[in-house]
Amino acid sequence: MSETRFQTMKDLPSCHLLGTGTALCAGCGGLEALHEIYDILGEKTVVVNAAGCMTLLAVYPFTPFRGSWLYTAMASAPAGAQGVRDALDILLAKGRLTAEEDLQTVVLTGDGAAYGMGLSATSGAIERGLDFLYLCYDNEGYGNTGQQYSGATPHGARTATSKGPCGYPGYKKDLFAIWAAHRPAYVATVVGAEPLDLARKIEQAKNRQGPRLILSLAPCPTGWDFDPSETAQIGRLAVQTGVWPLKEYRDGQVVHTKVPQKRLPVEDYLKRQGRFAHLFQPQRNEALLQEIQARIDAYWDNLQS
Amino acid sequence: MTRMLLTGNGAAAWGARLAGIEYLPAFPITPQTEIIETIAKWIDFGELDCRMTTLDSEHSMITAAGGAAVTGVRVFTATSSQGLLYAMEMLYTTAGWRAPFVLVNVSRGLASPITLEPDHNDILAARDSGFLQLHCATCQEVLDGILLAYRMAEDGRVRLPVIVNLDGFYLSFTREPVEVPAAAAVARFLPPFDAQNLGFRAGAPLSEAVAVLGGSPYSYFRYQHHLAALNAEAVFEESAVAFARCFGRSYQAVEAYRCDDAELVFVMLGSFATKAKAAVDCLREAGQAVGLLRPLLLRPFPAAALRRALAGKQGVAVIDQNLSPGKGGVLYTELASALYGQADSNPMLVSFIGGLGGRDISAEEFYEMAAVTRRAAAEGQAPEPRLLYAEAELCEIKKWQAIAQVQRAKEGQP
Repeated sequence: MSETRFQTMKDLPSCHLLGTGTALCAGCGGLEALHEIYDILGEKTVVVNAAGCMTLLAVYPFTPFRGSWLYTAMASAPAGAQGVRDALDILLAKGRLTAEEDLQTVVLTGDGAAYGMGLSATSGAIERGLDFLYLCYDNEGYGNTGQQYSGATPHGARTATSKGPCGYPGYKKDLFAIWAAHRPAYVATVVGAEPLDLARKIEQAKNRQGPRLILSLAPCPTGWDFDPSETAQIGRLAVQTGVWPLKEYRDGQVVHTKVPQKRLPVEDYLKRQGRFAHLFQPQRNEALLQEIQARIDAYWDNLQS
Repeated sequence: MTRMLLTGNGAAAWGARLAGIEYLPAFPITPQTEIIETIAKWIDFGELDCRMTTLDSEHSMITAAGGAAVTGVRVFTATSSQGLLYAMEMLYTTAGWRAPFVLVNVSRGLASPITLEPDHNDILAARDSGFLQLHCATCQEVLDGILLAYRMAEDGRVRLPVIVNLDGFYLSFTREPVEVPAAAAVARFLPPFDAQNLGFRAGAPLSEAVAVLGGSPYSYFRYQHHLAALNAEAVFEESAVAFARCFGRSYQAVEAYRCDDAELVFVMLGSFATKAKAAVDCLREAGQAVGLLRPLLLRPFPAAALRRALAGKQGVAVIDQNLSPGKGGVLYTELASALYGQADSNPMLVSFIGGLGGRDISAEEFYEMAAVTRRAAAEGQAPEPRLLYAEAELCEIKKWQAIAQVQRAKEGQP
C-alpha cells in the first residue's frame, strides 16, 4: 500500500464528520471504526442501514450523519443499496442528477445481518457487481438484543444464549473468505484500534468501483464484558494475538497488511473479557484454551507455508 | 389507440410500458413471470428505456423498489402468492417510507398445500400493509388500473405504493381484447414522475425511515399514513374522471351491475365476479331482482360507496375467495363493519367461501346462494358461513384418500 496518502498517524483527518451524542454504548468499537471510516468516506454518501445497534444512530429528529441515510430491514440493506444505486444511475443517465450530486452507496450493518440474515441479499449484490461499499461492524453476536450468539461468535465465547461451561460450541464463520469467493472489487478487515491501517483500506475501497467490504472487528464493552475505557486496547490485542488478522483481498490476491511478528498468547486477549472468564475460573479450561490457541497458530502457520 | 388480444400478464406489461416505468426490480414466480419476461424483451430490443435488475428474492425486490422510488424514479414490479408473503416485511416498510411505486400481484393460493391457482389470501394478507389496492376483473382493467395506480401513488396528497391485483390463470393467462392507448395520450394523463421532496443527492442530505422512540412519534407517522390512504379515494375519483376524458372508459371505486332495483346483491372481488355477472343475468331472466357489487378499490376501503349502493337492499351474499381460518371471509367482515350501525342500511349479510385455489363457482351455486340469502332476509336470521363444496368433489377426494390409504398399507405403514 505504498501509494497511500496516509503514511503516518499525522496524515489522518483531524476534523471529524460524524456527530456525537448518539444512543450507542460508551466505548462502542463499531462506532470508533465508523468515526474513522466516515472521516475518510465523507458526506457524499447515502448510508443504507439494516436492523442492528447502529439503527439507533438516527433517531427522529436527529442524525449524526452529514450525508444521507436510509433504514431498510435486517435482511435487505444490500438490496436497498441496489435500488438507490440503480435509481441514481438512471437519474445521472437522464441528466436529472449531476455528477457532483452523485453519492457513494454505503451499506452499514452488524454481523447478524452480514454473516446471517442478509447473506443472500449480499451475495446477490456482489454477483450483480453492485457499486457499493459494505461496512460491517462485527461485535460477534446479536449485540442490540443483548448479545446472543450469531454466525460471527468465536468458539468458546459466553453469550446470552451460550452460558454453559464451554460457551459457544460453534466456530466463527469466515465472512472474508465468503466475500472473496465472489471475486469482488475489494475486501478488507480493519479494527478501529489500528487507525492507520484502517485509513489506508478505506482509501483503497473508496477509489475502487464494484462490491467492496470493510469488515471491522467491533470490541463491545456491553456484549464482551469489559470496561469501556479498554476498547482500543482490546482491539490492539486482537491484532497482536493474531485473533483478528488484518488483511485485504484485491486483484485476486489476499495480502496481510499487518502481520504480528511475535504473536502474543491468545490468553492475553481472552482474559481481558468477561465473555471468556469461564475459561479461567473457577479453574483453567486448559483443553479449550489450547484449542483456541492452536486454531490461531494453524491459521498463521498455513499462511507462511 | 390499438386493439390487441392480450393476456392479463400482457396487459400488465403494457400498462407498465405506457406508464413510462424507469426501473423494474424483478424476481420470477408463477403465474406472474410472463410480465417481467415481456418487459425484459422490450428492454433488450430497445423498445423500452428502463433498467431491470433481478434480485435474490421478493424481499430484496421490494426493498430495491422502495429504495429506487424514494431516490426519485418511476418504479414498477410484480409478484404472486408466496413471493408477496416473502416480501411482506418490506411491504409494510416501504409503504411506511411513503415510496410511490406500483406492484402488480397475480393472485395465487398460498401454501400449504402448495398450489398454483388463484384465490385472494395472498393479496388480503397485504391488506394492512399500507399499500393501496386495486382489484381487477378484466385484462383491460389491468392495463388501465396500472395507469390509475400511478396517478394515485404519486399524488402529493397520497404518496403511497399501490398493488394492482389480478387473478392468476383466470386473468393472467386468459387473452381478451384490450384497448391499448397511444403513448402520447397516456403521457397527457400521466406526466413523468415528479419526485418533489424525494431523492438522495450530495448537497441536499436526507434521512429516510429513521427510527422513532416512543409511541407518540410512532402514532403520528402511522396516522399520517392512514390519512394519506384515505385521501386516495378522492384522488382515485378525480383520476377516474380524467381517465374517462382521455380514454373514454370510466371506472368507479365500486362497480355496480344491475344494482339499482336489486333486492339481493352479490359482493365479490376480482375476475370471478364475471361469473357472478353471468349468474345475475340468468336470475334476472328468471324474474329475480339480483345485482352485483364489485369493489375495484379495496384500500382505501370505499365504505361510503358500498353503503350507498346497499341502502334498502334485502339481502347481500358476500362471496369470499379467501379464508381466514377460525373466522371466515375477509370481505364479509370488512363489509359488515361498513354497514353496522348505519340507520339507513341494514340488509341481511350472508357469508360464502368459494373459489379457493382456483376452484370454480358454478352458475347453480350462484342461484343457490341467492336462494339462501333471500330466505335469510325473509327469516331475519343469517345462516352460518357456507363453504362451497359439491358432493361430487367430496366423492373424488374420498377416492384419493382411499388410494393413499392403500399405498400406505402396501408400505406397511399404519
